[in-house]
Amino acid sequence: MSGSPQLPGASTASLDPQARSVPPLGGFSPGLVAIELRRLLRNRRTVIFTLVVPVLFFLLFGLNSAYATNRVGDGNESAFIMISMALYGAVLATASGGAMVSVERLQGWSRQLRITPLQPVAYIAIKMATSLALGLLAVVAVFAVGVLTHKPAMPLGTWLASGMALWLGSLLFAAFGLFVGYLLPSENVMQIIGFSLMLFSFGGGLFIPLSQFSHPLRVLATFTPLYGLNQLVHYPLVQGGFHWSWVANLVVWLVLFVAGAAWRFRKDTARV
Amino acid sequence: MAGGDGAGKGSPGRGHGTGGCVAAVELVGVEKHYGSVQAVRGVDLRIEPGEVVAFLGPNGAGKTTTMDLVLGLAAPTRGQVSVFGMPPREAVRRGLVSAVLQSGGLLKDLTVAETVAYTARLFPSGRAPEEVLERAGIAAIAGRLVGKCSGGEQQRLRFAMALLPDPKLLLLDEPTQGMDVEGRRSFWAAIRQDTAAGRTVVFATHYLEEADSYADRVVLVRRGRIVADGTAAEVKALAAGRTVRATLAEPDVATLRVLPGVDRVEVRGSTVLVHGTDSDAVARYLLTRTPAKDLEITALGLEEAFVALTGDDQEALGTGEGRRRR
Ligand SMILES: Nc1ncnc2c1ncn2[C@@H]1O[C@H](COP(=O)(O)OP(=O)(O)OP(=O)(O)O)[C@@H](O)[C@H]1O
Ligand SMILES: [Mg+2]
Repeated sequence: MSGSPQLPGASTASLDPQARSVPPLGGFSPGLVAIELRRLLRNRRTVIFTLVVPVLFFLLFGLNSAYATNRVGDGNESAFIMISMALYGAVLATASGGAMVSVERLQGWSRQLRITPLQPVAYIAIKMATSLALGLLAVVAVFAVGVLTHKPAMPLGTWLASGMALWLGSLLFAAFGLFVGYLLPSENVMQIIGFSLMLFSFGGGLFIPLSQFSHPLRVLATFTPLYGLNQLVHYPLVQGGFHWSWVANLVVWLVLFVAGAAWRFRKDTARV
Repeated sequence: MAGGDGAGKGSPGRGHGTGGCVAAVELVGVEKHYGSVQAVRGVDLRIEPGEVVAFLGPNGAGKTTTMDLVLGLAAPTRGQVSVFGMPPREAVRRGLVSAVLQSGGLLKDLTVAETVAYTARLFPSGRAPEEVLERAGIAAIAGRLVGKCSGGEQQRLRFAMALLPDPKLLLLDEPTQGMDVEGRRSFWAAIRQDTAAGRTVVFATHYLEEADSYADRVVLVRRGRIVADGTAAEVKALAAGRTVRATLAEPDVATLRVLPGVDRVEVRGSTVLVHGTDSDAVARYLLTRTPAKDLEITALGLEEAFVALTGDDQEALGTGEGRRRR
């Protein structure tokens, strides 16, 4: 009889194989990302913390009139602060996107998805893409407000380069969000993410320049997860010396977060 | 999901030689342990395509666990599970099997329509979202957030999602839990309409009446084992007959067992309970051949018969203590 192409030898005569196609890309589709993004944006807390707060921080800390005249690399200090705040927004956004898995496990949605053809890797890809989409909104929000205030100044290429670096680099924190989301199946996971990212932001020098830290604290700060990324996203603006230790910091944390998320993900077969 | 895939490896790739017809579900010597808890302890079960089967059993009997095994949500500790001759995960991937899970499975911050749309995208050759919303009777509340839906509405949403792939096998774990009488009736009407097309349906329930009205076949489970398996009529026949109760110090259980029509003999202290179809014969024997006194004859209701069949004793039902004993 008509044997299925995917299962040679299996007796599937009573079934119609062509009516039983498996979704392409393991179930990943832009439509699913759109639904996920709409869901995230429906959450008022997420919108406030990822889109509104970074903009407010920029308006509070980035508009000092001296900052518009203080030169940094090809631009000014206001642009420098805008990039810091955009990074803060982007990492909050991607971490929130990753941490969605926590609530989804709690509500049994992950289990429900396991009785669909959605492949686990595709599910993670959907989370990553959703995180990136929200991250992009966060970057665009801060940059757009920056443009409207006329204070930050840097060459167009630098806007684009640092924007891209910010956006893609923030994917590191999508992995962080996934890890924490799988580790802590709790409704409070967002508070924990918010608190950790606040700490990381200080450690990375996003809020206060590291030069104002005491020496031991400064050394410690260079090992925190936002340090390398923060240096890298400012590089297009600041230029000057490039340090491979920034890249090393980023790569090591990426490996740790991805390994952590993968480890918890594998354990995630328990009944919710 | 590493576990689920691993389970598939050992499963047979084809039906087990019974006339070449592939069983919808086949469990062979299946056991599932959670640490020291033996949720399923040796189940052999074959369900043919098109059958409507009820899993009937008390809390903790292993109904949900068995369904998890069939869906590939858990891997059996021992034994083999196949669905249409394939490993469960493969059947799920092809949309051959879907389920209404007992709990959870919904996101509160999606609307009803979005939830169905999300699932629909995963089944490219499945049914249209509008159609299943209609089928499940929730088209009118499509725009509502799931978190704002009533328990019964959420249950219908789960049902709508389960219909999306147009599955050949539909598993329903206590699908009418939390529904009122009318909800229950219209839910089953929808299922009936749907199974006219030859769908295999397996549902778990605590309601004997539900099993009786909607299943062709009733599988009674107790403590991880199948204790009875037959048509609803056969299971009802188990409940037919009467119980003769008497006070008797040292009953001769062996003799009682072979009296005409006797199917169960139980001794509780100095009381003996004999269940069978011919209560007259039992009463005659007890009164003429033994010093039995205080004789009582009662007919067992359907519910009591069910309890008698599925529980060792009433106290043990539903408590962890009872399940761990022996
Ligand atoms: N993940 C798990 N870890 C430990 N024990 C479990 C797990 N899942 C199920 N069990 C145990 O296995 C047994 C069977 O549970 P199961 O949920 O299959 O019963 P059920 O027949 O569906 O009961 P109910 O009618 O209450 O839904 C119970 O004793 C339960 O406590
Ligand atoms: Mg159950």
